Amino acid sequence: MNRLLLFIPVVVFALMGFVFWIGLGIEDKTSLPSPLIGQPFPEFELGVVEDGRTLTTKDLKGQPALVNVWATWCPTCKAEHAFLNELAEQGVRIIGINYKDDDAKARDWLSLYGNPYEYNLADPAGKLGLELGVYGAPETFLVDSQGIIRGKHIGDLNPRVWEVFGKEFEALK
Amino acid sequence: MNAMKVCILLISLFSASAYAVIDGHKYPFEDPADAARFEQLAEDLRCPKCQNQNLADSNAPVAADLRDKVYELMQEGKNDQEVVDYLVARYGDFVRYKPPFRLDTLLLWGSPVLMLIFGIILVIGLRRQAGASPSVLTAEEQQKLNELKARLNDSETTADTTAENRNS
Repeated sequence: MNRLLLFIPVVVFALMGFVFWIGLGIEDKTSLPSPLIGQPFPEFELGVVEDGRTLTTKDLKGQPALVNVWATWCPTCKAEHAFLNELAEQGVRIIGINYKDDDAKARDWLSLYGNPYEYNLADPAGKLGLELGVYGAPETFLVDSQGIIRGKHIGDLNPRVWEVFGKEFEALK
Repeated sequence: MNAMKVCILLISLFSASAYAVIDGHKYPFEDPADAARFEQLAEDLRCPKCQNQNLADSNAPVAADLRDKVYELMQEGKNDQEVVDYLVARYGDFVRYKPPFRLDTLLLWGSPVLMLIFGIILVIGLRRQAGASPSVLTAEEQQKLNELKARLNDSETTADTTAENRNS
């Protein structure tokens, strides 16, 4: 019995080691779960980068869309841009939020690298970004035809991510 | 509460208004108590971009935005709970250093208690074992003991004489 008790620290250590190993391995610490999933897209009334007209939350509804938060100062946004162009060619509806950026710079970027967006909402102060819980561009939201947020991806969109994310998007149609 | 009011009054005597200064940015408050509240909130809320910095420590742009938002909400007269709720609704529980007590956080909150119970059981078990003497023998050990006793009885006479010889 005494001898068995000696093994308790080893067993406890092994159990803790296992739990930490699983916990540290699985958890992607750079992407946080969004509490907004299942919630309606936050109300907004913002100018459009391309032509300056004002749009509201109503304009988002009707068809499912990817809402992509990007900026010209964001290197990862540039990395994913080509793939967004590809998606747009495939007929995916993409709406941009130009986050804490300059309209003129954004227009230059779009004419230089192509414009996959139906329109880009100008969010120079990051107000809409804050409502969406954005903490680093690029972030992409799945919004259904009723304007409800159905999913979120943090980081760049690429073919590997799209394998899963794209299916979620198709499911909204 | 009265003592606190006196305290606040005393503080206000020395400063007509108060500033909370974070990362070189001044947040003016009319009431020094609010400045203290603001600093406490910035301490207690976690920067979503950084793994282990609070809003007060971090110089990440999103932390600055959130500090400004906390300030704005406070100017609107929101209390601490309302400010925290506002951020949690958008950024999730990650922004709180103190996680809420819910079904899915039960293990998190309960594990220290479980460890304590486990420790108490362990200590009681060890003490009982140290205290209880002699311990119960197994059948095998009992048999061995009986054999040894029998052998001792057989050689008792010789043992006695040797002992007597030694004593004399």
